Amino acid sequence: MKKKEMIAMLLAGGQGSRLGVLTSKVAKPAVAFGGKYRIIDFPLSNCINSGIDTVGVLTQYQPLRLNSHIGIGIPWDLDRNIGGVSVLPPYEKSGNSEWYTGTANAIYQNIDYIDQYNPDYVLILSGDHIYKMDYEVMLDYHKSKNADITIAAMPVPMEEANRFGIVVTDEDNRINDFQEKPEHPKSNLASMGIYIFRWSILKEALIKLKNQSNCDFGKHIIPYCFEKQDRIFAYEYNGYWKDVGTLGSYWEANMELIDIIPVFNLYEEFWRIYTNNDIIPPQFIADSARIDRSIIGDGCEIYGEVYNSVIGAGVTIGHGAVVRDSIIMRDTVIGAGTQVYKSIIAEEVVVDEGCVIGIGDEVPSKLDSRIYAFGLATIGEKSYIPKNVKIGKNTAISGKTETSDYPDGELKSGEYIIKAGEM
Amino acid sequence: MKAIGIILAGGNNNKMRELSQKRAIAAMPVAGSYRAIDFALSNMSNSHIQKVAVLTQYNAKSLNEHLNSSKWWNFGRKQGGLYVFTPSITADNGFWYRGTADSIWQNISFLKNSHEPYVVIASGDGVYKMDYNDVLDYHIEKKADITVVCTKLSANDDPSRFGIIKTAEDGRIIDFEEKPVETEERTVSTGIYIIRRRLLIELIEKCAEEERHDIVNDILIRYKNIKKIYAYHHNEYWSSVSSVNSYFKTNMQFLSPEVRNYFFKQYPDIYSKVDDLPPAKYNPGSNVKNSLISSGCIINGTVENSILFKKAYIGNNCTIKNSIILNNVYIGDNTYIENCIVESRDTIRANSHYVGEPGEPKIVTVRGDRYQI
Repeated sequence: MKKKEMIAMLLAGGQGSRLGVLTSKVAKPAVAFGGKYRIIDFPLSNCINSGIDTVGVLTQYQPLRLNSHIGIGIPWDLDRNIGGVSVLPPYEKSGNSEWYTGTANAIYQNIDYIDQYNPDYVLILSGDHIYKMDYEVMLDYHKSKNADITIAAMPVPMEEANRFGIVVTDEDNRINDFQEKPEHPKSNLASMGIYIFRWSILKEALIKLKNQSNCDFGKHIIPYCFEKQDRIFAYEYNGYWKDVGTLGSYWEANMELIDIIPVFNLYEEFWRIYTNNDIIPPQFIADSARIDRSIIGDGCEIYGEVYNSVIGAGVTIGHGAVVRDSIIMRDTVIGAGTQVYKSIIAEEVVVDEGCVIGIGDEVPSKLDSRIYAFGLATIGEKSYIPKNVKIGKNTAISGKTETSDYPDGELKSGEYIIKAGEM
Repeated sequence: MKAIGIILAGGNNNKMRELSQKRAIAAMPVAGSYRAIDFALSNMSNSHIQKVAVLTQYNAKSLNEHLNSSKWWNFGRKQGGLYVFTPSITADNGFWYRGTADSIWQNISFLKNSHEPYVVIASGDGVYKMDYNDVLDYHIEKKADITVVCTKLSANDDPSRFGIIKTAEDGRIIDFEEKPVETEERTVSTGIYIIRRRLLIELIEKCAEEERHDIVNDILIRYKNIKKIYAYHHNEYWSSVSSVNSYFKTNMQFLSPEVRNYFFKQYPDIYSKVDDLPPAKYNPGSNVKNSLISSGCIINGTVENSILFKKAYIGNNCTIKNSIILNNVYIGDNTYIENCIVESRDTIRANSHYVGEPGEPKIVTVRGDRYQI
């Protein structure tokens, strides 16, 4: 009989719309991070490093890249005879067929998958956080408290607590109150969206709430269990944890990797982060190149200057080009003489020669001022930027643009070009 | 493909100087991210050879570690696989491999239990790309018994460490001289052979009966008038890393865009074991020119015309010039290194100074306290 003590369910179906054009063609967990990785590598590596060898990945929005990245799980040693990684998209049923309408609904639709492994515990993870965590320690804690549910939570500054879902605990760490983005927080412990459930408890709740529309863990399942006085505990986590949900936090988290001794250190022997390495040659740094305070991925060819930036694998930076304070993702080409300032340029983009990107005043975005802020210029994957154009701040570009798309050769700050069929 | 593969990775020689202490030549790191045997393995995989045996005996630890999984080269299927054969004591044999032919003889069951009609034999120290199907087509077209892949050395290569080949007009080999003291010829054997499996079994068994152990001397040279042995000319890049100077030169050739594009960008790819290292990191003070840098490196100093293999740490105010730094080396602050090959897993103390002669690289092997980065 198959038996796993704990299996993980990784929620990777969301679009992550606040990442704008970066997620126009890929789900957020598949967005590149740190010059080599994709966001989902962090929870997947945490799983295998914690001894969890059975992971269900729930996909829905634009799953192609996620599917090909995960494959059968070889990079994470998750290719197993029993267990391993399974990608779980929504599927047609004889009665009703529906998409995953909420985080808990996605798990509800895969109860059979979980039951196959007959687990005692189920770990719920989300696919859009950057952190290293030993889930086994959390499970030990869960068992020692004889808990029904354990929620990982981390202390945040009291004055920022109003941006988070806050848990309030007694002296035994049992949760006695929840506050969602409270005006007057009673605690500074923020929920990280990482849960361990006793499977019998979760299954019962999922079935009970199966008709709840958009059934969600934070909004429905946890409150339901709290109501019926299940034992819910907070597990305090004090390491590095970053939600890269916005362009600003995504940019910041990448930049933090460049520090001389980063708080989130990828160079430690312990707790490696694994990824699908399909570009393996070394990088070439030419005579004309100048690189300072940057991390650069495998297989790059650098002829220009790179300062304070994160460069993905297989990127070419031409002669005389200057890249500053930017993130350039894999296989992108920056043409000769082009200058890039504080930009995020996604995968397989071609920026032709002589462009200047990320200059001018900060003007709020006309497309969506909540998404395209932080003074960043953002260019979606497979875009083309023609020769000698200027692109301002808080801009968004997606698609193969032509010189005629740029009045007077310029895309002013706050403007955008989204080519038809690209969004 | 209708062939199985054998990679001869047993050897080492004194031309590798101190570099031979740690590993077989086939396990020598090449071009930052690879090892020598990756080229033969990738060529076999890309030629759709599914079943490959690696024969090794000299200090095989590095090689075994490198080959601990066959998935990186796309072997390890139900049909076929990657086999590593080291000498073992059996009821009727207690010898080490006494030569290339003997190493095959000791594993003759691998040949006998296969059903593919041909065998591709390659050495583990060649750096090249080749579709062995092209060689096989030539072999069949010529109705050859054995086909030897040859290449023409460039003017400044020393032919005396190779087998020198003379052919008739139709490509048949009429003379074969192994490692001559002096020669005017430039056409050399690359150590890649194609032969029918049954014929190979027959020749190997005959050799064993006569207590002969070497493929070149006891098969190719001895049978050159009896069997039809043809030369196939490989006109693209080929290099053997079997001496310190050629090892150094081969690596440095990857700094030229032609060689780099040929191996790194053009189809098909060369595969290697994946190490899961983070991307290279350039800290304030780093100054890198005309160099290859591999994953896991952290650079704080100056690097010029050099190749840093995986996970090199270069301290503050260091200068590395015209040098090769092998895997997992820690170089302390204020160190100067020029024209050197720094052996893997070394720790160079701060304020060190190592300089070799141009064209005659110094091999640096020091064992200091191990830092963990």
